[in-house]
Amino acid sequence: MQSLLSQTFLAALLTGTVVSAIPLILAALGEQFSERAGVLNIGVEGMMLSGAYAGFATTLAGGGIWGGLLAALACGAGLGALMALFCVRMGMNQIIVGIALTLGAAGVTALLHHAHFARTYPRLDAAPRIAIPGLSGIPVLGQALFHHHPVTWLGLLAPALFALIYRNSFLGLNLAAAGERPDALDATGIGVVATRSAAVIVGGAMAGLGGGYMAVIASGIFVPHMTGGAGYIAIVLAMLARSRPLSVLGGGLLFGMCLAVTTALQVGGIAIPTDVIQMLPFVAVMAVLVLFGRHARMPSALGQPYRRGQR
Amino acid sequence: MSEAAGITPVSRLPPRSRVPVPPFVGTTLVPIVLALVAGGLVLAAIGTDPLAYYAYVLERGLLRLRGLQATLVHMIPLLILGAALIVSFRSGLWNLGIDGQYMLGMLTAGALAPHLVQAMPLAPALGLSALAGGVAGTLWALPPAWLRARHGTNEVISGLMMSLIATSLVAALVKLWLRDPASLEPQTLTLAVGDRLPMIPGTDVNVGLVLALLVVLGVHAMMTRTAAGLRFRVLGLNPAAARHAGFGGPVLAMSVLCLSGFLGGLAGSVELIGALGKMQASWNPAYGFAVVPLVFLSRFNGLALILLAFAFSVLEIGGASAATRLDVPQDFTLVLVGFVLIFLALAEYLAQRRAET
Repeated sequence: MQSLLSQTFLAALLTGTVVSAIPLILAALGEQFSERAGVLNIGVEGMMLSGAYAGFATTLAGGGIWGGLLAALACGAGLGALMALFCVRMGMNQIIVGIALTLGAAGVTALLHHAHFARTYPRLDAAPRIAIPGLSGIPVLGQALFHHHPVTWLGLLAPALFALIYRNSFLGLNLAAAGERPDALDATGIGVVATRSAAVIVGGAMAGLGGGYMAVIASGIFVPHMTGGAGYIAIVLAMLARSRPLSVLGGGLLFGMCLAVTTALQVGGIAIPTDVIQMLPFVAVMAVLVLFGRHARMPSALGQPYRRGQR
Repeated sequence: MSEAAGITPVSRLPPRSRVPVPPFVGTTLVPIVLALVAGGLVLAAIGTDPLAYYAYVLERGLLRLRGLQATLVHMIPLLILGAALIVSFRSGLWNLGIDGQYMLGMLTAGALAPHLVQAMPLAPALGLSALAGGVAGTLWALPPAWLRARHGTNEVISGLMMSLIATSLVAALVKLWLRDPASLEPQTLTLAVGDRLPMIPGTDVNVGLVLALLVVLGVHAMMTRTAAGLRFRVLGLNPAAARHAGFGGPVLAMSVLCLSGFLGGLAGSVELIGALGKMQASWNPAYGFAVVPLVFLSRFNGLALILLAFAFSVLEIGGASAATRLDVPQDFTLVLVGFVLIFLALAEYLAQRRAET
């Protein structure tokens, strides 16, 4: 137990917390964005997986880290556009399409991985990390917060950006209107379908980016089904944070810590089967749902396709 | 319509220009065929001849006697899980924690059955084990059901969480407490072949198949012929109407999800006492996501479900042989299932559009 509490261990744990939290935060922000506009995106898991694969393959092919993340973002946005076409334009069932996208993306990425990487299991070079002079010298916290690849900081700042959008822009108002009273938005002359489609595409892009971060920066490797339920955790995060992006940051760090502790205990060789540890994050989610479930409020038009003139 | 007698003059009848297409062709067969075609394109893209793949799958899963029997055995859990999902989907509730309920049901039967067969005659021992699995499934369905009924929390997410927990929990329980000390692999005690469900005479298919068919038919009859089934369906079609009629409360939602959970657990316990005999710590077939599209394709109709489950089993059993022989990972089935769902939703959308215009 001595070694568990040493400074280096704590620093590593906190760094792990931040690194595991970023994909959750990014994906949950995207989910929140599309939920705000009234579309429940159950396909986050698939979008993350596709982003992870696209990012990994692009970076491996020489696209660099930023190129990989861009590819991940584009891939997620592409799936988001597909979801927007099916669910928003055509009004198909959001849960069915979400499940279909997740299954399809899981299958296709596994097939692609099998075709290209299953024999060699290539690994990316570790992403370069930048230490902010001065701040990174603070014991424990300095290394955990101020010694990262710049994307990590962007991820930590993203919730503030989304909060600004929601609070101070017409876009934010339009989104909320599309989720709560689409008919009112329609009456002002702003297209509900366009607003919602944009929201779903942004949501997909954020999920893809989260997956890309997982593969390109956090682990440097792609394995089939590597997101392992992170997409669903992101949905729960968005659900519990309601419309507050800053709660996504807090919740994301909390779940990120769960994931990091899981890894740390495994590495530390604690004598419990890894299975017990692996289920902790999900047990935590259920506990939070049972304890705070009544606070999980959704926009009133969530999940309902919009048709003009229909109640 | 002003005709008081309710008789439409012949001149007003719609023209019989088109040969009427049975509804199931448009919304069931077409999505399946399109999914197979799209899947074929994916196969071609990864350098496998799609026709050779499908022919191999058919030959291994359907045309050989051994393959056909394996297909029938594989159907058993799919049928019971399908019945579980029909109960829930037709009531407008999404029991997507079905995989967790299946795993817990199987584990419970795996823990009990080897001991019960020592203590009592075979029939009650196996019956008790099967029921205990169902009860375990019910318990596993309870948290999402309660959250849904009490707070309206979306049962999709909580169900998926319970499934993810179940996968790890089952593995941990097998490794820590239920492990067969004599085996190298972490797994429960093995139920001797003579102590499992008997075979249907003349075949290698256990009577679990009969039981599964009865469950599907029973659920079908319940949903279409009984008062409880009517309530479930009203809840699914129009929750507000159910509330107005005085039965749309939390209790009904709980009973739907618990019944669905019971069947989910039963699927696991029947597969254990029938086909597998033991539960390995790593066992996680994730049938749930495969059964979801089957249930939608069947339009929640039990009879159609039987046909579809059979077709899907052929695909799975044949696909498993193809995985080793033709080097196409089993994940390909996921791709097919995803395509089926998309095309199914598309077909419904188009049919609805046509009905509106």
